[in-house]
Amino acid sequence: MRELLRFLASELRLVAGRRRNQAGVLVLMALPIALVIGDKVSSRGGRREGTGAGFVDQITTNGIFAAFAALTIELGLFLPMGIAMVSGDAVAGEAQAGTLRYLLTVPVSRARLLAVKYVALVLTGIFGAVAVAVTGVVCGALFFGVGPLTTLSGNQIPLSAGIGRLALSVLYVSAGLAALAAVGLFVSTLTEQPIAVTVVVMVITAGSWILDSIPQLSALHPWLLVDRWLFFADLMRDPPAWGNIVSGLGVDAAYAVVFLLAAWASFANRDVTS
Amino acid sequence: MADPGAPGAAIRTSGLTKRFGDQVAVAGIDLDVPRGAVYGFLGPNGSGKTTTIRMLLGLVRATTGGIEVLGAAIPQQAAQVLPRVGSLVEGPGFHAHLTGAANLRRLDAVDPAADHATTSDRVAGALARVGLTAAADKRYRKYSLGMKQRLAIAAALLSPREILVLDEPTNGLDPQGTREIRSLISTLAAAGVTVFVSSHLLSEVEQVCSHVGIMNAGRLVAQGTVRDLQAGRATTVRVTTGDPASAARVLTRLGLKNVSTSRAEATGAPTGEHDPPTVVAALVAAGVPVSGFVVCTPTLEELFVELTGEGYAVDA
Repeated sequence: MRELLRFLASELRLVAGRRRNQAGVLVLMALPIALVIGDKVSSRGGRREGTGAGFVDQITTNGIFAAFAALTIELGLFLPMGIAMVSGDAVAGEAQAGTLRYLLTVPVSRARLLAVKYVALVLTGIFGAVAVAVTGVVCGALFFGVGPLTTLSGNQIPLSAGIGRLALSVLYVSAGLAALAAVGLFVSTLTEQPIAVTVVVMVITAGSWILDSIPQLSALHPWLLVDRWLFFADLMRDPPAWGNIVSGLGVDAAYAVVFLLAAWASFANRDVTS
Repeated sequence: MADPGAPGAAIRTSGLTKRFGDQVAVAGIDLDVPRGAVYGFLGPNGSGKTTTIRMLLGLVRATTGGIEVLGAAIPQQAAQVLPRVGSLVEGPGFHAHLTGAANLRRLDAVDPAADHATTSDRVAGALARVGLTAAADKRYRKYSLGMKQRLAIAAALLSPREILVLDEPTNGLDPQGTREIRSLISTLAAAGVTVFVSSHLLSEVEQVCSHVGIMNAGRLVAQGTVRDLQAGRATTVRVTTGDPASAARVLTRLGLKNVSTSRAEATGAPTGEHDPPTVVAALVAAGVPVSGFVVCTPTLEELFVELTGEGYAVDA
């Protein structure tokens, strides 16, 4: 177990040490900042029409909604892209750099390698979601202040309960990203081109969002990974509506299991010729 | 450290074969690398050396055939035995954004068998051994080709090893670096480490090898101690004389094979019963004016060229 933790710590240092990943975190944090500043500027000129993201309009009344709004928007592109990038590095990147063969001859067992790589991807997703939420709360608080929250059901809950709901939302978002990371890890075992992994994972994510927005394909929607990703909004009802959350977690878990097994099947006995 | 006299082979394969689709990369080879040997694994580029090495290390699965490393089956028991094997496979592979030392620490961190209390000492020691101490904190992307190759060798030396598998260790090194690698191999061998070193350039390794295996087109076309391989080949004697014709007559009478003459020389291939002094005595007794007498032992290089069709014809 200690060896696994050491490997994981080394893996996290590797991910965190890449300039590109550091820049990616800055991009993730820039969006809630832009959102809050934008709201501040436009709120001077009176209220705008509501946008797609229902939380955005509430930011001016309570800064904490900047976190919910930012999570909603970033799930469309930036958070999945982060997972897509880092999962490209996971196995394909090691293969391209020539480090995969040296990891395996240390030796690191292939099961251990996949396990540590996957846990690191999951933690990266959590880190990304937390970075977005914390930046949102801090910026929102600075510009608009925070206080008791008005839920989507219309009543008020105390700030502490609101922070708790936000924390649950972050975990729910992270679960979706963890499922996507399993897809990414699988694709990463298939190629030596990290950029190809990133592209494929982004095509899968963007494609799912597009399919999910076409009403005529509603029969397909429950099977799409992203279909229930935004239902963390249900946590802001009072009491929280758990139905979609639970089924969303079920879809995430199913994707994770299927694609982790696929990754193992593809990697366990593969000839490593990189 | 391994006891050079320990029984059993360091590496042994039986009928080891690898097919990639229709292409046969390695065609049923039986390697036998004794413990304590410095085994030169030679052959032209594309002869199957690297694929074989990848199979020995469990990276590539054999199509058929068995592999034993230090008595353990590969790939089944790779986890138990590979910590005792250091390797350099097909050139260096490191993270460009990490320093040399950080790359070695990374490899040590993932090693379940390593003693992590001694990581810094071992990293510093391995870097010192390949002359990279000054570049330890430089990012890998700034390393020259030779420095990258040295770092890869340092990685192979990070923990105490019983076998070192070095695939083309002198690639990218200048003549001085090549000499240093040879001297490092000798030092390790003297300490009892079995060294399995591949090269397409025989001259780079032949001075340090005790054993040689020669690959060509996926087959192991020769294997044995350097002495045995040389002994299996015809030596020739070369008589420099003003009377080549008489000299040739004497050589023929003595029973030497392939006797031939040129303007000032007669040559022949002695069989087992001719020792050089007897031949010289017979020549002198027959009144042949001998102004020079040379016994030419065939070099490994000639054997290598003959078996692989590689290299350049020196005599042409």
